[in-house]
Amino acid sequence: MSISAKIAFIGVLACLASANGLAAKEKPAVVAPDTPSPAILIRNATILTVSHGTMEKGDVLIKDGKIAAIGSNLKAPSDAQVIDATGQFLSPGIIDCHSHIAIDGDVNEGSVSVSSMVNIADVLDSDDISIYRDLAGGVTTANILHGSANPIGGQTIVIKLRWGQPASKLPFEGALPGIKFALGENPKRSNFRISGAPPRYPATRMGVEETIRSAFTEARNYKNAWDTYNKRVAAGEKNLIPPRRNLKLDPLVEVLEGKRYVHAHCYREDEILMLLRVAKEFGFHVQTLQHVLEGYKVADEIAAAGTGASTFSDWWAYKVEAYDAIPYNAALMTRRGVIVSVNSDDAAEATHLNQEAAKSMLYGGLTHDEALKLVTLNPAIQLGIDKRVGTIDVGKDADLVLYNHDPLSAYAVVEKTLIDGRVYFDRLTDISGRPALAQEKKELLEKLSKKPEPEKKAGEKKPEVTKPEGTKGGENKPAQQPEQKPEQKPEAAPKPPQAQLAIGGVQ
Amino acid sequence: MKRLLPACASLILFVSLFAPIATPQSKADYAIVHAKVFTLAGPPIEDGTVLIHDGKISAVGSDLAVPAGAQVVDAKGLQVYPGLFDAVTQMGLSEISAVRATVDSTETGQFNPDAVAATAILPSSAHIPVTRAAGITEVIAAPASGGFDSSGDTNLIGGQASAIYLAGWTIDDMLINKHAAMVVDWPDVQTRSFDLSTFSIKEKPFPEVKKEYDKQINLLADYMEQARHYAQLLQAPGGATFPRDVKLEAMAPVIRGEVPLLVFADTARQIRDSVEFCDKQKLKMILAGGQEAWKVKDLLRSKNIPVVLRPTLAAPPDDDDPYDRMMTQPEELRTAGIQIAFASFDNSFARRLGQQAANAVAHGLPYEEGLKAVTLYPAQIFGLDSQLGTIEAGKVASLIVTNGDPLEVTTSIRYLFIKGRLTSTDNKQKDLYEKYLNRPKPGR
Repeated sequence: MSISAKIAFIGVLACLASANGLAAKEKPAVVAPDTPSPAILIRNATILTVSHGTMEKGDVLIKDGKIAAIGSNLKAPSDAQVIDATGQFLSPGIIDCHSHIAIDGDVNEGSVSVSSMVNIADVLDSDDISIYRDLAGGVTTANILHGSANPIGGQTIVIKLRWGQPASKLPFEGALPGIKFALGENPKRSNFRISGAPPRYPATRMGVEETIRSAFTEARNYKNAWDTYNKRVAAGEKNLIPPRRNLKLDPLVEVLEGKRYVHAHCYREDEILMLLRVAKEFGFHVQTLQHVLEGYKVADEIAAAGTGASTFSDWWAYKVEAYDAIPYNAALMTRRGVIVSVNSDDAAEATHLNQEAAKSMLYGGLTHDEALKLVTLNPAIQLGIDKRVGTIDVGKDADLVLYNHDPLSAYAVVEKTLIDGRVYFDRLTDISGRPALAQEKKELLEKLSKKPEPEKKAGEKKPEVTKPEGTKGGENKPAQQPEQKPEQKPEAAPKPPQAQLAIGGVQ
Repeated sequence: MKRLLPACASLILFVSLFAPIATPQSKADYAIVHAKVFTLAGPPIEDGTVLIHDGKISAVGSDLAVPAGAQVVDAKGLQVYPGLFDAVTQMGLSEISAVRATVDSTETGQFNPDAVAATAILPSSAHIPVTRAAGITEVIAAPASGGFDSSGDTNLIGGQASAIYLAGWTIDDMLINKHAAMVVDWPDVQTRSFDLSTFSIKEKPFPEVKKEYDKQINLLADYMEQARHYAQLLQAPGGATFPRDVKLEAMAPVIRGEVPLLVFADTARQIRDSVEFCDKQKLKMILAGGQEAWKVKDLLRSKNIPVVLRPTLAAPPDDDDPYDRMMTQPEELRTAGIQIAFASFDNSFARRLGQQAANAVAHGLPYEEGLKAVTLYPAQIFGLDSQLGTIEAGKVASLIVTNGDPLEVTTSIRYLFIKGRLTSTDNKQKDLYEKYLNRPKPGR
């Protein structure tokens, strides 16, 4: 854990706990992970249910982490904490169908064209400050994906943004795991080359298809070998030698058996249809097409395949395959019957997905409810978790966001974010906790700068951390790590090498 | 004038029947009537009229007669604002950022004061109409504001930024000021950087990078010294003959204080050092970037340095920063007395300019200040406010007619005027949308 992450973590606990008496009445105290969450009554909010319209001045009662009741003038149980949400908007938690936060280190195992043996679930980092920042932007659930360096990439996992809890508590219980596929410029390494390293197969879209077909042919053979073996064992045969376990093919067999979702990064219309054809040939389902910026050109085919599309609001022109991207994509695909979500692919972009969804009202004329679905119910459907989250309905997880304004606006600010009925982000608490946090950091830094002194030899240089600007955002800070900025926007890359890397390297 | 009218001109309604009788001598090409006019030079005018003639705003008010022959835009229920001004972009200098062949933003070498953005701006870039459709009528196109530097050197003087209108058949048609600012990419002290050749993080000890940083600043100081001598030679009486140098010649207006430096700097150290440098050198400075400007706001205020801020929709630079730092900083700087403008620092995200301002407004910046930070203030910062930035008689008619707040993400731009011409909001993306909206169902 880095010092800054530690401080941030301690700070959040501290600021949650340090609420004064008056505030404590309104705000749930910090809760240890395994204790039952308190009952909460949210009063007098404009409730955007997403499933059954908007309710003015409504109440939502939360019990045991679930939505227990929705109505007017609900009675609060005696032990319930009451949140007065007068003038505020209550929305289902934002679901980001394409994220790379909470990953320790690189998102790409780019050395091979099929990296299905690696799993993002093995490298979850619960200290990533992006978790907290996205939470502060209303995100409650995120699909944590491997990068797009390979036609078949690593295994992926859906998490809830339970900031402050260990990595083992992040996974969304019961959500089907996934695997990342990638088509086009990134897997064929168009914009990217390590100097001195040999080029990696594939280098064309033809090769990308071949890589996927080869892998699934192998996986089918492997599955047949296991099926045969299991059948013979079941028939009572003894002393059989089982097939050799293959960690690369196991997840592909799960795909063939419908036990693992395919999330496929793609851009161009041709490659979208290519993957749908290959999937049909091998009998697996493509759960989502990711980015799918030319999805609007083949929306009927995507709809017919029952495949979801998760796209950007208005990104374009950062590479050739993004040159025909249009901000009308989400609306146009929606109108053709595709289940569409708007995703971030970037920690900062995720903090305003509500605003990004709103753009589909301007570009293509989606209704308010349709636009809000792009970041709530639709990604929930795409991740197979819509029975648990995505709308405000009795029985669903109490993953909710309170905004000071209609969330489909650039003026909406998140006041509170709840997951499983617990307040994981509270804007007022965050703000009021800042002086204490700054003081704590100062003390920690003073402690750090004093510590080495006893052993200090005469004439030795002072430790670098004593420099005021070196400790905060200064030169000690690692260069923004491009690995964590997958589909990087040009604006986010102040330095040329990073821009170059990000364009082709990670995604 | 009429031959330039785009497709949307057909949407204009001729309602002269209902308009007051014009005085015989007044003339106008266009009359926008019944609009709520946000002039930004005074309170909004309800049921206002804006008259446009010969590229200029000829009159604005509530009881104006519509001259005979004017094309009337009935803006009942609509609002009029000055067109938005994006204070740092690479417009026309970069088409597809991943494709080197389409990128002309950053020259190799350390000193390129004679590289002028206007030279390489592509008037038919697809980015221009797309950006325009978001209500942006003017931009600063700045070299070296990102993109590639194939030399690997620190680009110290990147070239000249040009102010342009986002409409025109040629660059001459588009130009507002070819020499709007001289770009300086301030060096940085980074102990860790990503090394593409080894594909790994490279660490260097602090003293080493600090020494390199100081060396770069000394190089810059030496260059300014040379430029100063050169400028003195240019002004010497009698026009003495001396060997001419195109680069130093391009620096002369900077030395004379006619062209400001647009200094790209984000960390507190970079900002402090660059402000002190410009102060010592008596150079006019505009700060671009300013992620940590809040740390040195007193200095910025005391030296009267305006700040063109990086997008508010971005992660704060430090893990320990409050999550909303980039959105609260604009108001923090404004209350400290610093003039701010918003900018995309990009092409494809330029259309988020209004959204950036709105997010700052949501975090404390007064609404009118947010609006001015994408209209009047960039015009003032680049010395163009006598022509642009507000809706006043005599100014250039660059304005937008919208169905709501131009900073809001759901607002649509109904009409757009640039230099008094009704300019189309059609673009590549709208064309593609319409084409595929009408795609027949497969198999028919």
